[in-house]
Amino acid sequence: MSLSRRKFLGWIGAAGMTAAGSKASAATTHHFEGYPDSMAVLHDTTLCIGCRRCEAACNAVNELPAPEVPFTDLTVLTNRRRTTSKAYTVVNQKPGKGGRPIFVKNQCNHCLEPACASVCFVQAFKKTKEGAVVYDASVCVGCRYCMVACPFEIPTYEYDNAFSPKVMKCTMCHPRVLEGKLPGCVESCPTEALVFGRRDDLLKIARQRIVRRPEKYVDHIYGEREMGGTSWLYLSGEPFDAIGMRMDLGVTPAPELTAGALGAVPMVVGLWPVLLTGIYAMSKRKEKIAAEEKAQAVAAALAEAGEQAAARLDATMEKAKQEKTAAVEKAVKEALAADAKARAVAEIQGAAQAPEGAAGDEKDE
Amino acid sequence: MSENTATMGKPIFSLFNIVAGAILLMGGILTILRFTQGLDAVTNLSDYNPWGIWIGFDLLVGVALAAGGFVTSAAVYIFGMKRYHAAVRPAILTGFLGYALVVLALHYDVGRPWRLPYPFIMQRGTTSLLFEVAACVALYLTVLFVEFSPAALEWLGFKRARNIVVKLTMLLTIFGVVLSTLHQSSLGALFLIAPSKLHPLWYTPYLPIYFFVTAVIAGLSMVIFESTLSHRFFSHKMDAAHLAEKDTVPLGFGKAASFVLAGYFIIKVIGISTGNTWHYLATGYGAWYLVELLGFVALPAFLYAVGVRDKNVTLIRWTAAWTVLGIVINRFNICLVAFNWHLPADERYFPHWMEIGISVFIVTLGIVIYRFIVTRMPVLYEHPDYDAH
Repeated sequence: MSLSRRKFLGWIGAAGMTAAGSKASAATTHHFEGYPDSMAVLHDTTLCIGCRRCEAACNAVNELPAPEVPFTDLTVLTNRRRTTSKAYTVVNQKPGKGGRPIFVKNQCNHCLEPACASVCFVQAFKKTKEGAVVYDASVCVGCRYCMVACPFEIPTYEYDNAFSPKVMKCTMCHPRVLEGKLPGCVESCPTEALVFGRRDDLLKIARQRIVRRPEKYVDHIYGEREMGGTSWLYLSGEPFDAIGMRMDLGVTPAPELTAGALGAVPMVVGLWPVLLTGIYAMSKRKEKIAAEEKAQAVAAALAEAGEQAAARLDATMEKAKQEKTAAVEKAVKEALAADAKARAVAEIQGAAQAPEGAAGDEKDE
Repeated sequence: MSENTATMGKPIFSLFNIVAGAILLMGGILTILRFTQGLDAVTNLSDYNPWGIWIGFDLLVGVALAAGGFVTSAAVYIFGMKRYHAAVRPAILTGFLGYALVVLALHYDVGRPWRLPYPFIMQRGTTSLLFEVAACVALYLTVLFVEFSPAALEWLGFKRARNIVVKLTMLLTIFGVVLSTLHQSSLGALFLIAPSKLHPLWYTPYLPIYFFVTAVIAGLSMVIFESTLSHRFFSHKMDAAHLAEKDTVPLGFGKAASFVLAGYFIIKVIGISTGNTWHYLATGYGAWYLVELLGFVALPAFLYAVGVRDKNVTLIRWTAAWTVLGIVINRFNICLVAFNWHLPADERYFPHWMEIGISVFIVTLGIVIYRFIVTRMPVLYEHPDYDAH
């Protein structure tokens, strides 16, 4: 339910619809308690004797390759071992109080809201209602983000497989559980350090053990709330961080760590174009105003220049006119003067030479 | 060397060609190894360290350094800074090549590369930030391709197609900025899922914002850095507008980078305060964090500012290179150095030389293709048949 709800949210969110807001806030206040009647395994580390039979059974049930060191060799227990693509589960030995060895089995914890499932971009991981987190290799691209995301460092990869590498991890024997069988490791455990059952029942059993034997157990059920809760539960006589289990993971389900960033996506999609278009429009408008102002300034300057030019032209014309008038007047005056002079000369020379005088007048003009 | 490497029609066995040819040959051999023998044969990846330098460098650094495309086109077309117009095409080209090479590099990294379209065609894992990254990178690569296509269309002489694409410029630019905002930030958000593995100094809910802001810084610095290299090696290909930008681009982009770096410094300090991780500063990781914060954020912010004030273009250019190095260090820190910090030393990752070889091969491929394009297509000059668009 949780995953399909998130898938739904993702699409609605991607479409930027308002429904996402109410659903998202509902998700933050509502705590997913797991599928009803889902199954789990209780690992009581105080009962584990480090016989590695669970490892052997796991290897057989899942048809994994034979190990380099046989399962009967218990010296490997003191090494720091982790799950590999050839071993879905490993048992590690830690020194307890008074040098008594503590054995802790390590495998996929089958989170109620798994990090691997939330980060997988092809939905290759699925939390089943039976309790197991299962993996579908047929769609896996091999990006290995699940391995980055897993807080328990469980998924592994077939790096040596060139053509069809797969993520390898414990399946909680999902196919066997569907057939009504026990997980391989639980079935093989000789000491009931592993118990398979309904998660709700196992939590009650675990709590009863702590209440009945407070001197034996640390008052904490690992996996009840870690990372939002897991389908693998642990009891211990030692502080959990002393036996190699991280106590700093917090109780926040992994998907919530990225919910905020995912929720911002539709907001960016919705608002960024508005903001950017607004900035574009403002810079365009600024340009337009600047251009208009420039045009106005140019026009004003031109007009002013035109007026000035006209005035100058007028003045020049006026001056030219005056000059012309003056020149005409001067010419007339000169002509008159010359005429008068000529007349005077003619008068002096006498009436006999009159035709010559007339010719001289024409020349002057 | 610059004369030999820069020009066409020079001898085939120039120094550049010999070195590039050798690297491409090595890359070809490593590629065959990778795809026939598997990841184990060429990488030091492990179950604890599923992401190596092909993610840390090729993806995270590659995408950040390719941010110049969206930063420049936004500055010119949206913010109206038209005087940087000549810087758009080279930035878009580098962005396009950068993203194309990121996608190519992912083919080496993922286990079954032929399934890379699966998130879109098989099952959509929309709760994954990697889905968002994949979708945005795929879309943005397409946008960059279309944004760059006018240069190719001008080269090919397809006028009508070119004019149609140019009309889409605004739309593409806005789309590009939205997509870049989303996937640049989502690359940082990828690590939000792993608070138990990433050192508290680097892990903060602000990771997506940091990644986006550093992408802007990287974009601005890369434009300066690239223009420096282009002016050195391809100046004979440039027209007057590009040659004139030799100093205006570093001055303008340097000023912007100085401001953004200063803002980034402030939000980094806010991040330490809200996470209350001050006490980690006294540890070894804290010292390294301070190197990043003071040496590669505060220092370049200051040097850019001095360079702009004094109009010291040489200082701005060196600062751009230094800032780009800082981005590389930041991405490496988050993806590799501060990731899995809780593990014992023998479980930590150090790249195999062949991983480095593939990364060098891919970068070289990018340089060779860039060189091929700018020596042919109108990238560093305006095509004579078209006006400034």
